Amino acid sequence: MAIDQATVRKIASLARIAISDAEAAAMEGELNGILGWVEQLGEVDVTGVEPMTAVIPNTLRLRDDVIDADPLTGGNRRDDVLANAPAAQHGFFGVPKVIE
Amino acid sequence: MTDLTNLTVAQIRDGHRAGDFSAVEVAEAFNANVAGAKALNAFIVETPEHALAAAKQADADRSAGTLKPLSGVPIGMKDLFCTYGVQTTAASHMLEGFVPRYESTVSAKLWDAGAGMLGKLNLDQFAMGSSNETSYFGNVISPWKRNDGGNAALAPGGSSGGSSSAIAARLCPAATGTDTGGSIRQPAAFTGISGIKPTYGRCSRWGIVAFASSLDQAGPMARDVKDCAIMLENMAGFDPKDATSLDMAVPNWEAALSSNLKGKTVGIPREYRLEGIDPDIDAMWDAGIAMLKDAGAEVVEISLPHTKYALPAYYIIAPAEASSNLARYDGVRYGLRDLPEGAGLQDMYAATRADGFGPEVKRRIMIGTYVLSAGFYDAYYTQAQKVRTLIARDFEQAFASCDVILAPTAPSAAFGLGEKMADPLAMYLNDVFAVPASLAGLPAMSVPAALNREGLPLGLQIIGKAFDEQGVLNAGLAIEERAGFNARAEKWW
Repeated sequence: MAIDQATVRKIASLARIAISDAEAAAMEGELNGILGWVEQLGEVDVTGVEPMTAVIPNTLRLRDDVIDADPLTGGNRRDDVLANAPAAQHGFFGVPKVIE
Repeated sequence: MTDLTNLTVAQIRDGHRAGDFSAVEVAEAFNANVAGAKALNAFIVETPEHALAAAKQADADRSAGTLKPLSGVPIGMKDLFCTYGVQTTAASHMLEGFVPRYESTVSAKLWDAGAGMLGKLNLDQFAMGSSNETSYFGNVISPWKRNDGGNAALAPGGSSGGSSSAIAARLCPAATGTDTGGSIRQPAAFTGISGIKPTYGRCSRWGIVAFASSLDQAGPMARDVKDCAIMLENMAGFDPKDATSLDMAVPNWEAALSSNLKGKTVGIPREYRLEGIDPDIDAMWDAGIAMLKDAGAEVVEISLPHTKYALPAYYIIAPAEASSNLARYDGVRYGLRDLPEGAGLQDMYAATRADGFGPEVKRRIMIGTYVLSAGFYDAYYTQAQKVRTLIARDFEQAFASCDVILAPTAPSAAFGLGEKMADPLAMYLNDVFAVPASLAGLPAMSVPAALNREGLPLGLQIIGKAFDEQGVLNAGLAIEERAGFNARAEKWW
């Protein structure tokens, strides 16, 4: 199923990527080329086949319920967390006004 | 005095231990090579001071009798691993200037083992690419040239192209790589070095910039098989901070290396014989089969019937995971922010991501967003995950009759920069032999096997059973000993 430029713009909007009309036009061809190629997967008989969920069998663990058990990922790291924020203010992430 | 930069990891480690040279001398020699190789563009950030500090510590540890496994060995770190206090970019504009306040588990293990860092190595942006041409910081150039008298700049492979180029050019004896769909093996093959992607879960993903989490796996790249074993021992291991980390002991791969393959069976997948493939590739493959027979192995033909569907499945699954993983780049918490005058929050997200991601990254995010969107999820994503199950099953059935699988690493030697950039699909097809093992989470390595008629290296790939890195390394060693590959790029940089 081919996608048109309106669909390209819709996907870009869902992905939160601003695109120009020229980019949308270029991407229409590229994405259709890739999507047309992956469509060959439809030939494969997958009757009774479960979708892969884990390549290597593994069990999901729970960590011990201890505060700051791992100092690297525990609490009290505010300054580290904010160190690379483009607009940290007063100990918070700064964002443009969202409530009028 | 011998050129210290010609030594392997094992030779540096052992020579330092024996007192043949100091670690500082080694670090200075590699620092000088790095500083003199700007034309290769292999490094995004050089960290000679880090390498020197580790070397001084190694020399002090030698005096004190407290040497560590990698004392005295300086290495390169792919710029996908977060390094404390050193810029980590994933070769993107989005993360330009990002200076982590934490250390990835893999890099922390290497530093704890005594290794020093020569710098952060260039790569394809967010590890998405097979030629290094998607880096925001300019493409890495391979040290290799064709023997046709021309001067065409060649791709070092990707995404770990900074790693492959730097090792081939003797800028570092070993480096870290990451492999999502061939990003360790294909660049290793293109540059005449070795590299292994271990079983999914062997190396912690914590602190590695995420691309496709069900596929991403770190591994070493080095000049020979033994060095890969040494490096992998110091990178692997259980990490509670990675939910998919394997809770298994790390074997002593180096000590158990053996190129005697008596009693082993090698499978040759008939679906990997591609029509119209470069005859040099098939000739190298046949030579590899003869080498493994010579090492005592029995060779059988096997079938991996869903091989042709691996790439299309990969190009649904990897972009789907990437679109989800890369949603974190929003201009709020770290990285680039592009806030047009008067823009609201949604406009800031869209502007930031338009500015911060390169064309290939955007393309993959868009594909991923589309195949995960309502109405298309089952047709694309669920179907691809079912095909992935079948691909893993193919391997499982094949391993009932063999111990390891031998195949080419890539369908061609290194191509010229720019030759494949115009057509994303042509670029994707270069990973045709590498992607199936990634989808199945299996250990796989590339070892240099021959030069083609253009004088460029070609690599053979060994794919093993889950957790059997030893079998992969041993078969790799058997090829290495017999191929006698010692060609190297003539210095022009």
